Amino acid sequence: MADTPANDGFVTFDRVQKSYDGEALVVKDLNLSIGKGEFLTMLGPSGSGKTTCLMMLAGFESATHGEIKLDGVSINNIPPHKRGIGMVFQNYALFPHMTVAENLAFPLEVRKMGKSEREMKVKRALDMVQMGEFGGRRPAQLSGGQQQRIALARALVFDAELVLMDEPLGALDKQLREHMQFEIKHLHEQLGITVVYVTHDQGEALTMSDRVAVFNDGRIQQLAPPEDLYERPENSFVAQFIGENNTLAGTVERIIDGVAEVRLSSGEIINAEPVNVSQPGESTLISIRPERVEIDHTRLPADAHLIDAEVLEWIYMGDIFRTRLRVAGNDQFVIKSRNSGDQRKLVPGERIKIGWAPGDARALEVTE
Amino acid sequence: MTTSTEPVVAADGLPLKRSLARALRRQKIRALLLIAPLLLFIVLTFLVPIGNMLLRSVDNAIVEETIPRTVEALRGWDEAGDVPPGEDVFEALYADMLIATDAKRHTRLGSRLNYESSGMSSLFRKTNERRLGRFELEQPLAPQFEDIDEDWITLETWRVIKSNSDPVTAGYFLAAMDLRATPTGIEPVSDLQAIYVKLFVRTMILSVTITAMCFLLGYPIAWILANLPSRSANMLLILVLLPFWTSLLVRTSAWKVLLQQQGVINDLLVWVGVLADDNRLAMINNATGTVIAMTHILLPFMILPLYSVMKTISPTYLRAAKSLGATDWTAFWRVYFPQSVPGIGAGAILVFILAIGYYITPELVGGTDGTFISNRIYYHISSSLNWGLAAALATILLAMVLALYWVYDRLVGIDNVKLG
Ligand SMILES: Nc1ncnc2c1ncn2[C@@H]1O[C@H](COP(=O)(O)OP(=O)(O)OP(=O)(O)O)[C@@H](O)[C@H]1O
Ligand SMILES: [Mg+2]
Repeated sequence: MADTPANDGFVTFDRVQKSYDGEALVVKDLNLSIGKGEFLTMLGPSGSGKTTCLMMLAGFESATHGEIKLDGVSINNIPPHKRGIGMVFQNYALFPHMTVAENLAFPLEVRKMGKSEREMKVKRALDMVQMGEFGGRRPAQLSGGQQQRIALARALVFDAELVLMDEPLGALDKQLREHMQFEIKHLHEQLGITVVYVTHDQGEALTMSDRVAVFNDGRIQQLAPPEDLYERPENSFVAQFIGENNTLAGTVERIIDGVAEVRLSSGEIINAEPVNVSQPGESTLISIRPERVEIDHTRLPADAHLIDAEVLEWIYMGDIFRTRLRVAGNDQFVIKSRNSGDQRKLVPGERIKIGWAPGDARALEVTE
Repeated sequence: MTTSTEPVVAADGLPLKRSLARALRRQKIRALLLIAPLLLFIVLTFLVPIGNMLLRSVDNAIVEETIPRTVEALRGWDEAGDVPPGEDVFEALYADMLIATDAKRHTRLGSRLNYESSGMSSLFRKTNERRLGRFELEQPLAPQFEDIDEDWITLETWRVIKSNSDPVTAGYFLAAMDLRATPTGIEPVSDLQAIYVKLFVRTMILSVTITAMCFLLGYPIAWILANLPSRSANMLLILVLLPFWTSLLVRTSAWKVLLQQQGVINDLLVWVGVLADDNRLAMINNATGTVIAMTHILLPFMILPLYSVMKTISPTYLRAAKSLGATDWTAFWRVYFPQSVPGIGAGAILVFILAIGYYITPELVGGTDGTFISNRIYYHISSSLNWGLAAALATILLAMVLALYWVYDRLVGIDNVKLG
């Protein structure tokens, strides 16, 4: 993970709200500051307001309240064509009646650039996405991945400093998608552009971004670098949404020295890191990643907590084994263990003891 | 790798191509059977009448059929000279006319020849059974025909008969183009008689005007329709189609009420004070009336194809263009408009072809200078009964439409037309 560029507030959302119908807020109080050269991803379930935020930044939707600034200047009243923001649309939006080269020349033409300079830039942009040969073709004569590259080249050809991408890889198959993720990331680093990227594929978000903003219900639930997001989710939504997660319901007994003692519904007391619980008596959800749970007690630190579990299902998945257990009344408790030579096959019905390092159990709030 | 030069064979040893053709033949026959009723219908109601019309525009068999001996005898006569035909022709004419008057076919021939030269109709009508019965056959016949009408010995009469004795004539086409054949060649008819070329030109100009008006009025409406949420779009679409629910005559008459000199619009303008009472606008019974009423009637034919094409143009194209730096106008003109051209093409072709052949509306609101060539065709079919000329006019109209279609195909490409 590259370190996050110094956040100089190249793009800022300041208390931005958006409502389409005057009844419901689709974006509720958005505050976000994006640094120059940063790759920021907006991740969230469908309908959480990601596209709306992007459209407000591009100028196609106006903010109902609040201010959006680009490079220190408020752009609320600047029409989209004067913002100079490159944009890649989900279905590419390549102009079907123009050739690839004409598509790329379009933003240069409307900027009244001379012919020779235009041709040079178009060629450079095509070469950049390895599509130099295809200038004369129509978009309909290109494959999905090729269209994707052209859309990318078109958003970059006029030297935009900020490029927005709304699920640009949504229509591609898995392999091509992974390849394009790599290429986009590569271009981002090579050109030093700022990218705001929208996706609802968390793998994509985690591999590509400097920071990820997890959206839900019109709010940013957590804004953090990918590893923080995964290792240290700040609330139950993020913990559930990113990666796989086990939860154990309980009540906080007390909090001493930054360690919460939680009584599970089975009566057992375990230690966890208090994330957003503070009061004794509060109900809480303990969140533990499946791969942090150990069956082999020798690999656990001395202060690890051991707990009884009953094996319900054991699945061989090649590189890992996936075991479903009943733990403290929760029969959807999953652990993943590496397929190392000494692992043994667990039998359904078998009773074992599992454990984890106290820091891996995070006490989060209970949501409805 | 094997490169075989032998034809690929199917499992039964026959060449693959042949078995494929056989397999496909059954499919083809079945497809043909399915469309056979429609094909038959089209042949009977479309191709046959059009073919018939094309034939009628040159058909002239009536002269040779009615007076065959005369036509034969006239072959020896020199129409460029200045002597009327000799006694042999009049003998042949007498024999022919006896049969023709008996079958009462002589007046039909008279009407036919009257299209070429007025007076022929009465000439043939006068030469009836009774007059022929009084002929003294031992005397020369020419003076006796002269007794009936002295036109029988004029050069003009015999030139007309001789020049029409071929079973095929270009006369109708010449007439349809304000020309006529004379012994010295083809020459234009006098300015007073020339009407068809003017009518063709007017039909063209007015049809183009109507098409342009439909486009100007229809494009923005189609655009709104295509960009509204589908509920309101459906509602508006019903309004667009509303004119189809009322009779054409009712709508055209409504325009009369609105546009006439004592009509609603003039009254309103006078009342507001824009017009002086003695200076009311003439908006009906002229070309203006035709253009207004026909634009109204044909507008849906422009809007519908435009709408269905515009519906398929995603609004993201406009957004993309704007994000690339295009102003609203550039985005529309460079990105949206070119994609809507197939709809414009379809709409324009529909409206133009409908307009060029329209006749009810021009008849009702066109007055004298707002009528179309089709009004003339209708007149020749129903009133003057000169079907040959009507057929020639219709054939020219058809040729003009086909020629324009061809030009359109060359300029825009017919595969660029999308009806939806
Ligand atoms: N033009 C619009 N008019 C009215 N409501 C809209 C409009 N566009 C979006 N919405 C609503 O706003 C909410 C957020 O939509 P948005 O498109 O921002 O979601 P998203 O996070 O991009 O979802 P997805 O992942 O499915 O693309 C949704 O509830 C949607 O129904
Ligand atoms: Mg979206």
